[in-house]
Amino acid sequence: MNFETIIGLEVHVELKTESKMFSPSPAHFGAEPNTNTNVIDLGYPGVLPVVNKTAVDWAMKAALALNCEISRHTKFDRKNYFYPDNPKAYQISQFDEPIGEHGWLEIEVNGEKKRIGITRLHMEEDAGKLTHTGNGHSLVDFNRQGTPLIEIVSEPDIRTPEEAYAYLEKIKSIIQYTGVSDVRMEEGSLRCDANISLRPYGRDEFGTKTELKNLNSFNFVKKGLEHEQIRQEQVLLAGGIIEQETRRYDESTGKTLLMRIKEGSDDYRYFPEPDLVDIVIDDAWLERVRAEIPELPDARKARYVSELGLSSYDAMLLTLQKPISDFFEATVKAGADAKLTSNWMMGEVSAYLNAQNKELEETELTPEGLAGMIKLIGEGTISSKIAKKVFKELIEKGGDPNKIVKAQGLVQISDENVLLEYVTNTLDANPQSIEDYKNGKDRAIGFLVGQIMKATKGQANPPLLNKILLEEIAKR
Amino acid sequence: MAKMTKEEVIEVAHLARLAITDEEAVHFADQLEAITNAMELLNELDTENVEPTTHVLPLVNVMRKDKSIEGLPREMVMKNVKEHEGGQVRVPTILD
Repeated sequence: MNFETIIGLEVHVELKTESKMFSPSPAHFGAEPNTNTNVIDLGYPGVLPVVNKTAVDWAMKAALALNCEISRHTKFDRKNYFYPDNPKAYQISQFDEPIGEHGWLEIEVNGEKKRIGITRLHMEEDAGKLTHTGNGHSLVDFNRQGTPLIEIVSEPDIRTPEEAYAYLEKIKSIIQYTGVSDVRMEEGSLRCDANISLRPYGRDEFGTKTELKNLNSFNFVKKGLEHEQIRQEQVLLAGGIIEQETRRYDESTGKTLLMRIKEGSDDYRYFPEPDLVDIVIDDAWLERVRAEIPELPDARKARYVSELGLSSYDAMLLTLQKPISDFFEATVKAGADAKLTSNWMMGEVSAYLNAQNKELEETELTPEGLAGMIKLIGEGTISSKIAKKVFKELIEKGGDPNKIVKAQGLVQISDENVLLEYVTNTLDANPQSIEDYKNGKDRAIGFLVGQIMKATKGQANPPLLNKILLEEIAKR
Repeated sequence: MAKMTKEEVIEVAHLARLAITDEEAVHFADQLEAITNAMELLNELDTENVEPTTHVLPLVNVMRKDKSIEGLPREMVMKNVKEHEGGQVRVPTILD
């Protein structure tokens, strides 16, 4: 690659307040179209917006969690534009005094840590949802109109599509920990636009950037940037120039397509919102919000490494999603070994959730259940193999692992006399394997163990079985 | 004294989605020039030590509690809507 890639991301996050940013209509997702609106959202003449205090608290909380400086004097501005998703023909946003500025977060890609700057975090209101039917008209649902949003703008510090992915994962994780949003991309409570440009290595000025839209998953952000990076490089190498334009990511082809060419900067004619007075944030308010911020993923990760002895990588994966991390902690608190719990969470639990496309809270698994099962393995009551059966029961139906093990007769066979009988029978039936083993074919042992496991329905205590098996072969 | 051109008037009219004729643009350019020039008078005042003011009232932090009130019935919402379909407002497609 002859060029350095420069990426900046704009992330919109919907706050999960009960009511809207400037009106008291309900702000939740999934209602019947056009049932969560009122005259303020619909832009009727003479109505007045009033700021939702919780939305300001939460925007501040998110800004603090992203290491932003909080503006002690902040205000709203009117951004004028005509588009059918917004009946007011303006959006109330923040222009020159955003609530948060100069923040940062840390990402890790291929073991390398990097700090990505956050230029600003500002409050605004969402627009309605447009559905293009494809026959010349579109349908508008104004339920989303007025939902509190925060827009988080990164510095152009991102250099690769992988870093962009890691940045998004981290923003999602941090915001999820603060509890101010569901940050669900599939429900639109987290959205991302990407700006990308190339410049020859060693040059200081940025090249002309393009803006990518319709990036509906973190993976599409990565793929869209990968495609755009190659497209721009080809244009530049062929002696062409990059136009400042907005491009749409096409999910079916993985390509970016031209939406429109930007001529100059958009003229939104921002001016201070005359219907809202300024907001002044004093120390007491700031400190009250700061005190509400829980332990964030980086701090938890560090604690998992130093106190629980987990690897940095495992700790990172475990802390990425708050529900997973909370579940892990509750399991350890219920008496399970931290490393074993970590292995189960990232192994069987995560495999099950991926396969079923479910969230942890949608399953029947409880921290007590998982802890109980892990303790049974530790005590030698069940083998790890049998535990997988117990686990399936726990995650699908719930219940007490002790009772499941007893009811289904899954208790591990650790009685030497019982095992000896299985070993003797198996050896009698397989003289060739004994011969093979004595001739140096170690694999023969695996075969014999397999036969015995089959006969005991997987319940033989593995280390004990191995010991007895070797002893008995030696005697023959 | 600032000069207001016909082209500027046409641009501003477009931003506000106002349909005006060329004659009107010339006419408004003269009027707007007179108005902006009158406003220019304010620049004669020394405002060096005056804080920018966006509101005349000495109020800050006017906020409400995050309590929701049920939305308007959809029939009411649709009363001022020209066309609707399946509870949604029907508009011509505009792809930006």
